[in-house]
This record gives sequence, C-alpha cells and structure tokens, in this order.
Amino acid sequence: MADPRPADAVPAPTSDVGAGTRVSAAVRHRYSLLTRRDKLILTLMVGIPTILDLVFIWAPTIASVGLSFTNWRGIGAITAQNWVGLRNYTFLFTQYLFFWPAVEHNLIWLIFFVCIATPFGMFLAVLLDRDIRGSAIYQNAFFLPVVLSLAVVGFIWELLYAPGSSGLIDGALGLTSQTNAIDWLGTPGLNLWAVLVAASWRQVGYIMILYLAGLKSVDPTLREAAAIDGANEWQTFFRVVFPVMAPINTVILVVTVIESLRAFDIAYIINHGKNGLELLSTLITNNSISEANLIGFGSAIAVVLLVISLGPIILYLNRVFREES
Amino acid sequence: MASSGDTPRGPALPDPGTTQLSRRTVLKGVAGVAGLAGVSAFLAACGAGATTAPTKAPAASAAPGGGAASAPPPAASATGQVTVGSNNSDPAPKKGMELINAAFTQATGIAVQMNTVDHNTYQDQITSYLQGTPQDDFLWFSGHRMRFFADQGLVTPIDDVWSSVKNNFTSAFATAVTGNDGKVYGIPIDYYPWAVFYRKSVFQQHNYQIPTTWDQLITLCQTMQKDGLIPFAFGDKDGWPAMGTFDILDLRLNGYDFHIGLLTGKQKWTDPRVTAVFDQWKKLLPYCDSQFAGLTWQQSADKLIQKKAGMYLLGLFVSQEFTAAGSPADLADLDFFAFPYLGTQYDAEKALDAPIDVIMMSAKSRTLQQDMANAKAYLDFWSKGSTQLIMFKQGTGLIPTANDTDTSGYSALDKKAVQIVSEAKKITQFLDRDSRPDFAGANGMQSFLAKFLANPNQNLMALQTTIQNFWDSLPPET
Repeated sequence: MADPRPADAVPAPTSDVGAGTRVSAAVRHRYSLLTRRDKLILTLMVGIPTILDLVFIWAPTIASVGLSFTNWRGIGAITAQNWVGLRNYTFLFTQYLFFWPAVEHNLIWLIFFVCIATPFGMFLAVLLDRDIRGSAIYQNAFFLPVVLSLAVVGFIWELLYAPGSSGLIDGALGLTSQTNAIDWLGTPGLNLWAVLVAASWRQVGYIMILYLAGLKSVDPTLREAAAIDGANEWQTFFRVVFPVMAPINTVILVVTVIESLRAFDIAYIINHGKNGLELLSTLITNNSISEANLIGFGSAIAVVLLVISLGPIILYLNRVFREES
Repeated sequence: MASSGDTPRGPALPDPGTTQLSRRTVLKGVAGVAGLAGVSAFLAACGAGATTAPTKAPAASAAPGGGAASAPPPAASATGQVTVGSNNSDPAPKKGMELINAAFTQATGIAVQMNTVDHNTYQDQITSYLQGTPQDDFLWFSGHRMRFFADQGLVTPIDDVWSSVKNNFTSAFATAVTGNDGKVYGIPIDYYPWAVFYRKSVFQQHNYQIPTTWDQLITLCQTMQKDGLIPFAFGDKDGWPAMGTFDILDLRLNGYDFHIGLLTGKQKWTDPRVTAVFDQWKKLLPYCDSQFAGLTWQQSADKLIQKKAGMYLLGLFVSQEFTAAGSPADLADLDFFAFPYLGTQYDAEKALDAPIDVIMMSAKSRTLQQDMANAKAYLDFWSKGSTQLIMFKQGTGLIPTANDTDTSGYSALDKKAVQIVSEAKKITQFLDRDSRPDFAGANGMQSFLAKFLANPNQNLMALQTTIQNFWDSLPPET
C-alpha cells in the first residue's frame, strides 16, 4: 500500500494528456476496491431507483404543490391566468365548510386506531402467542378481514348497518320501527364511529398478525430468565418482551399512522365522504378526480395532507437513522 | 394495434391524458379509478387499430365526409365501424343498447364497438374521458352539463345531422340540445318527468284526494301519519335526490328565471328568496322519511311498493324498481301527480324537472376522422322513434323523445308522463344538470343540502353565505 509515487508523480495540470491520464488511472486502479464493472452496476443500482423516485414521486409531488396555486380544472394548458396565488389555501382554511371537519375526522381516526384498534390487535396477538387450543382457527378468523379490500369491508358493513328492518344490527336490536330505528351510517356524528368500528375490524387482524410474527421471534430464553428471576406475566411482558420488540413496535406505529391518514375506501364506498364522513382523502378525490375536476383546489388539500404526513415520516426516519448511527 | 409508423395519429396516448393520469396517481386518489380510465383508453386504442382498415391517409384533416354524412348512408352498403361510449350499465338499459346496436348494424352494415362504463364512474371520469381517447359517439345529459363541455371544445357540433332530423322533435328539445354558441351538440334520446308518485290502491283504501294546494298537501300528510304511513318516502344517501325537492320548491316559489339564474351564478345564494325555499322545505321535512340519509332511492322506492310510505317525489325511473319487484299489478298501481301549487305567480309556469338524455359526438376521438360518416349515421339512427322504442321496451321508465314514436304500447303512466311535460311552460333539467359540475358535486351542493337536512333549524343565512362563498371560489368557467 505504501507507495510514495502518487504524491509527486501526478502532475497538477492535465495539459500533458498522455502521461497524466495513464498515471492517475493507474493510481485509481491501485486504490479503488471497485472495478469499472462494479462502478457501472452501482451507478445503475443507485441511479435507476433515484430516477424512478424522482419521476414517480418527487415530480408529481412538486407538480401538486405547483398546481395548488392555480385554479386549473384539467382542461387545456395552464396559463398565467390560472395563477391564483394563495387563494385556494385561504378559502380552504377560512371558508370551506368541509375542511376542518375532515381534519378533525382524520385526527379522530388516528386517535381511535392508536388508542383502541392497534392495542387490541396487540392484545389478541399476545393471547394467541400462548399456544392456546385452536390458536390457528382464531388466527385465521381474526386475519380473514385483512384479506378483504376495504371497499368490500365497506359493502359488508353497509348491510349490517342498514337502518330499520333491512339492517342486521337494527333488526337484532329490535329497532325496526320508523321512530326508533338507528340510522348508523346516515346520522352525522354517529356514522364516523360506526365506520371506525368497521375499519378496526380489519385493522385489528392486520396488527395482530404483524405483532404475532414479532412475538414468535422473541428468544424464549429471555422469558425463561425472567421467570427464573421471579417476574410475573405482566412484568415479563412489559419489562422484557415489549422492549425487545422495539423495532416491531415502530413498524406497527408507522403502519397505524399511515392507515389512519390514508383512510379513504370505506367512507367513499358508503357515501362518497359526505354528511359526517368527510376525510381529507375523500375531499381530494371529490374535488379533483370527480366530474368537478377542480384540480387546483384538490391539489391544495393534497398538499395539506402531505404536510401532515411528513410529521410521522420525519419522526420515523429520525429514529431509524439514530439507531443506525 | 398494428398502426403503421408513418401515421401521425398513432394509438399512442396523447400528452394531456398521460400527464393527467400520472398526476392523479399522486393525489392519493383511487388507483382503481385511474386504472379504469387507462383501461378504457386502452380499449379504445385497440378498437381503433384492430378493426378498421384505414380508408384514407389519417393526416388528411380536411373534415372527411363533412357534408356527405348529413343523410344516413344507404342501407347495408356502408362498411367500417363506429365506437360508442355508454353509461347504461344497469342490466335493462344495457340490453337495450345492445339491441339498438344490433339493429343499427343490420340496417347499415356498420359495426358498433360499444364501451360500457359504470354510470357513476362514467360521470366522475367524463372530463378526462373526453380529453383522452373517447369513443366517436357517447351518451350524456343535456342542459348546462352539455353546454359546459361544448364550450370547452370537447364535443363536435352536429348541425348537419340535426337539420335533417329536427322535424322529428319539438322545439323544447331543440333548445335543450343547443349550445351557448347556437350550434347543436346532441340528439335527445329520452326524458323523464319528476313528480309525486303514489299507489292508487293506497289512496283508494284511505279515501285520499290528490292535493293541489300546499294546505291540502300538509293536511294529507297529517292524515297519512295518523294512518301509520310515512307521508313522503325520501332517500338521499346518493346526495342528488334532495336536489329534486329543492328544484320544485324553488320553481314553485320563485319561478323558472330565478331558479336558472341561481344555478348559473346570475343570482346570489344569499338572496332571501333562497331562504324562503329552505323555510318551505322545513315545513315538509316532518313528513319525510326520517331515515333519508342512509337510504338509496331504490330502498325508498321499496317503501312505496310495500305501502309503508304514501308518496314519493322522484323521477319516472322509480317505475324501474316497481318493474324489478316483479309484479305487474304493482306497476299498474303506480301513478303520480304534479307537485302542488303554492299560490304564487309562478304557478302558471307549471314548471318541473324533466331531464333529457342525449347522445353526442366527441371531438378528440382518435377514430373520428375515419368514422365520421358512421358516427353521424349512428346519431341519425338514434333520432328515430323506432330506435328509442327499443330502449323504452326494456322497462327503463325513460320516455322516447322522437315525434314519430309509436305510442300504442305506452301505459297509462307513460301517457300521463308525456302529458305533464307537454303541458309545462317551463322545463328544467335538474339541479346538477342545470349548474356547473364543480358546484353540484359530492362536496359541493350535495353536501350543502345534506348539511341543511341534518339540522334544518340552523342559521340558514350562514349556510347560504357558505354556499355563495363556495360558488365565488370556483374558477371561471371558460
């Protein structure tokens, strides 16, 4: 390795093309661990995903941000006349009747998932991890809804929630007359919670299977050691197993946050996200993808959702990078 | 798909389409819907290349067959094809479309390539559909909703076809298919009145009289409630049915001109006359089905069929549900009356919603240049009563528009529907067809009306101000 040549042999100016390149090439060869082929492959491996990422994620994102300052409606070219500055945002924040309810509903969704659905899924996983009899059957039963798309889940629960004698729940509760029937999905203030139950039905199974996989990978000797040290079940889980599961816990938290922010399908299937079921995602769709085609305004809402989503993403990445370093 | 490389009009996706699709994916929207648009574009592109032999250099842009096609080609001598976009996705109307296409092919020798898309998806996709690779001819609605796309240059005027068939339509239909520029953009193919539907047997059994004034209507509602009936069936889950009630109350209280002015931005939503409509509506709401928010119109129609509800303000298409229920006796029992008059100066207008469906010619179809003559022949075919009758016979509750329609097969209900529309001095299309699409949508007027219905006793002026602000926030229409 210790070769004195490079320091003085490489001429600073490259006017002497022949000698200079030959020497420096030789130097690089000697010091580089990578062949030219390796470098080409590395460039491709880094370059292609980077290009894909730029083209399919960053370009549209930036385009969305740009469009949010226009009133473009998807027809013809965008001209200077389409530029409206911050008008979409001021209208959104100060006057649009459905924006703040949508933000509130997304937050309720998030809190409900984080505080109820996800812990319940983890609880089921812990129970099923104890090798009780028929564990496989329970696992399948709880996991089954995850296989269904949220749109199908929406259809199923629509039948259950139908008001009066046509719905299973009202029928079972005997609430079939005109005066006492509960319109689960049609009553603003109630329908969000009804939908959250339906969404949780699926979320619980999803979290359960993720957490169960994590629990299975916990080294059994840890539990044995805890038991020998005299820890009870409660202590074993919270002091030993739970901390060991930290990476899985992070994944589950991120999955929960993402599922809450992208909540869309059920509300859209039920009533296109109206009448108490407004969500940011349905507002975006109704404004920019429907016949209305208010692409500029829809983009402004999308940008708001993007900013909200950035919070958890940055937190997560921060954590990942800290662990790595 | 084997399109020769030298043609400038290959089946490749046009720029606007591609950018739009990729942009939409970002909007975290429904990937499925976007995918659907891609599929339909793909199908259209396939159809374009696969079936037609290029008759002339596609670059020839000198409007081929422009004049020649005003008359339909002689029977069975023409060849080639026409592509058609259809939103008739329900079984009965879809069957009707297929029968009509078969009849057209038999009469002219022109093959029909139909692309059927789910009704609601079709509406949601219409803007990108018409800008991408639409079919040559497509089904749509008349009114502002037609003129809007005509103004954007996304549909082709068809004055030459119209001039040869216009004698087969009344002047009301002519007005309904004329754009803001005075050109004709569609052939009216059917219509249906909105009115108050009821079962004759129920009215007979309880000895009810048809109400003609507001007081009679309220009295009837109270009697029905005593008799254990829901006076008015009402289902607003889909958001648009409530618009029918708003329309008729506004027409009765404030007249046609104000109503249309309101929906096109010439009048303000903060006008006290709008408050009057909501106030009138409040008086009716105690007699409407309180479960309306969770019910579709079909479920509400079932309440009328099951004699749980006494009346139902809806379009004639309510008869579809009676037909589907399977008992001809039920269908024969269905009748309707005009919404009662409120004693204003506008009673004489006898106005009502009677939406007209039309078939139009797109502007951006890849195949339109070579299919032009066929596309016009297809429109011409739809202007015949015999064609429209094929659809009518499927039990769709949609009345043919052509004068030469053989009405011998009409039921008493159908005849009455024709009569009530012909007697009307003013006809509106429906709130979401008479206004701009971005105003009437799910998070626009549909939601505003739902907001009112959820709490009718709220501060109405605050709600009206919100509606007006929303209108003011919309971009200029052209």
